[in-house]
Amino acid sequence: MYKYNDFDEAFVHSRNAQFRSQVERRVDGSLTEDEFKPLRLMNGLYLQLHAYMLRVAIPYGTLDSAKMRQLAYLADRWDKGYGHFTTRQNIQYNWPKLSDVPDMLDALADVEMHAIQTSGNTIRNVTADHFAGASADEIEDPRPIAELLRQWSTDHPEFQFLPRKFKIAVSGSPTDRAVTRAHDIGLRMVRNDAGEPGFEVIVGGGLGRTPMIGKVLRAFLPKADLLPYCEAIVCVYNLLGRRDNKYKARIKITVHENGLDKIRELVDARFAQIRPEFSGVDQEHLAEIERHFAAPDFISASTAAYETTRNVNPAFRSWSDTNLSAHKNPEYAIVTVSIKAHGQTPGDATSEQMRVMADLAEQYGHDELRISHEQNVILPHVHKKDLPAIYAALKDVGLATANIGLISDIIACPGMDYCALATARSIPVAQQIATRFDELKLEHDIGELKIKISGCINACGHHHVGHIGILGLDRAGVENYQITLGGDGTENAAIGERAGPGFAYDEIVPAIERLVLGYLDMRLDAEEPFLQTYKRLGAAPFKAVLYPEAIKKNAA
Amino acid sequence: MSQNFAPKIVTANHLVEGDVIYLTADGDWSRNHRDAEFITDETHAVIRLGFAEAQQERVVGAYLADAKLGPDGPAPIHFREDFRSRGPSNYRHGKQSELTNV
Repeated sequence: MYKYNDFDEAFVHSRNAQFRSQVERRVDGSLTEDEFKPLRLMNGLYLQLHAYMLRVAIPYGTLDSAKMRQLAYLADRWDKGYGHFTTRQNIQYNWPKLSDVPDMLDALADVEMHAIQTSGNTIRNVTADHFAGASADEIEDPRPIAELLRQWSTDHPEFQFLPRKFKIAVSGSPTDRAVTRAHDIGLRMVRNDAGEPGFEVIVGGGLGRTPMIGKVLRAFLPKADLLPYCEAIVCVYNLLGRRDNKYKARIKITVHENGLDKIRELVDARFAQIRPEFSGVDQEHLAEIERHFAAPDFISASTAAYETTRNVNPAFRSWSDTNLSAHKNPEYAIVTVSIKAHGQTPGDATSEQMRVMADLAEQYGHDELRISHEQNVILPHVHKKDLPAIYAALKDVGLATANIGLISDIIACPGMDYCALATARSIPVAQQIATRFDELKLEHDIGELKIKISGCINACGHHHVGHIGILGLDRAGVENYQITLGGDGTENAAIGERAGPGFAYDEIVPAIERLVLGYLDMRLDAEEPFLQTYKRLGAAPFKAVLYPEAIKKNAA
Repeated sequence: MSQNFAPKIVTANHLVEGDVIYLTADGDWSRNHRDAEFITDETHAVIRLGFAEAQQERVVGAYLADAKLGPDGPAPIHFREDFRSRGPSNYRHGKQSELTNV
């Protein structure tokens, strides 16, 4: 866990003091809304449908128990007792008052957190693999690099007014759990022929109204070149990116319009220019950061209690089958705590739940927690002997749902229940799908299936990379939902294809049910997941189950 | 009523609370949609919007929204305005927790 140095602390406190003064001047009428809006957005404060919303950065999704408890404290003191974990590993508070926000930011600073650059046309929170430092398949922990990028990008004078927002994701593993191919810059750690670790640099990915899979700008970049190379990319984008049209301003369009070769040529030229200016200070600093991320002191003990509980408690067995992942230490497991209880709002945790997770991290998990882009919470380092106790504690507060990677583990953006940009609701659709498949008791038979729901074309719910994606739109004043099929957010990233005409609000859940029941009929066997069946058979049979009336009409 | 003018109300968010508010005929603001001034004249709508926008120290983001006359007063037409007048559908955290007749 990175600990602030004196500079970091002074910077965040002075920024908070500035914002406190800006809020005072807005309230007393010295600043107009036009003057104030860019200032509040730079500090993560939005105005949504019903209230303000404060988006707090959780850098690369990493927390300790003190930070998690403080998030719970903010929820109780200044919000309505809960927070919403987002698809960019942040947390959002939906009900703060403008006059309370400076106090909230000060309370965050007390635990080395902030809301800087969680909005605006800047480099946003750097996201990372939520299993970083723990997973069995990792080359190196990507978080030191993510922290270096965070420090470099925070208040970077050249990059405060980019053509549009800019998102960077880092994965330390060839298995991509950070959706690197859907980011402005994606960094995926790989090894070269000599076995040295470096990064595959992906550029120009993004979802939104023009979804694009990122392209490989450099197949292998030595670690030492990472910061100047990223700076070169953002420099090129800052000059070349379009500022005449908001919808064509992201780097994906810059890459698409200019071509990858041209971008590479410009980036290489800029890189050659600035590389000598990086005297090695960044590497010294990186080495210092890396010390903050030393692996915990793993213990060694018998795992018999885990095996015994699995044998005698079917509910625990089911939970451990779905919610555990392989840890690099065979005596340990990575626990994914589902924030997707059937019928609840995906990603919403109450203050009580946050405190329980903080306690569990402190007692059993080497004091580490992560937020995943799939809106769940991770205990990355848990000795297997402690799993039964953790399961029991989670169960007491409604956090033991055994559904990770299954149909009810749905990503959903806040949609029109909160968001001012949304064109339809997302949350109730997610709630109803989860509830329906829980009633059908088919969830575990269906197996791995990622449903992702966005309430508008901006695609915060990542619907394009859902195996089943749902996009909520406003069609002539009525909510309408389009289905996309075959999306994939992993290292084999793919954009889903639109299945056909959209469905009304009361038709979308039955449509998903037809689709999934159809898949059960079509799959080769129980081992073939939805996405594989889709790839094997193509869209046609899935469209046939979605639109039976169209098939009848064509046959008539 | 002006020809081809769809009736409107003026709505905004409260500067400090962030809550959805509606401009009333007497120039005050209400948290309840049915208290809004029902505007049927385009010129009057422009004047009332200007009046709202001038209250920088009190409101944010004033705009005109389509409305219809219901039994209790002006009611929203578009579902977005309907949600704004009630609150989110996943919790009773918005106006629905405070208003009696919704």
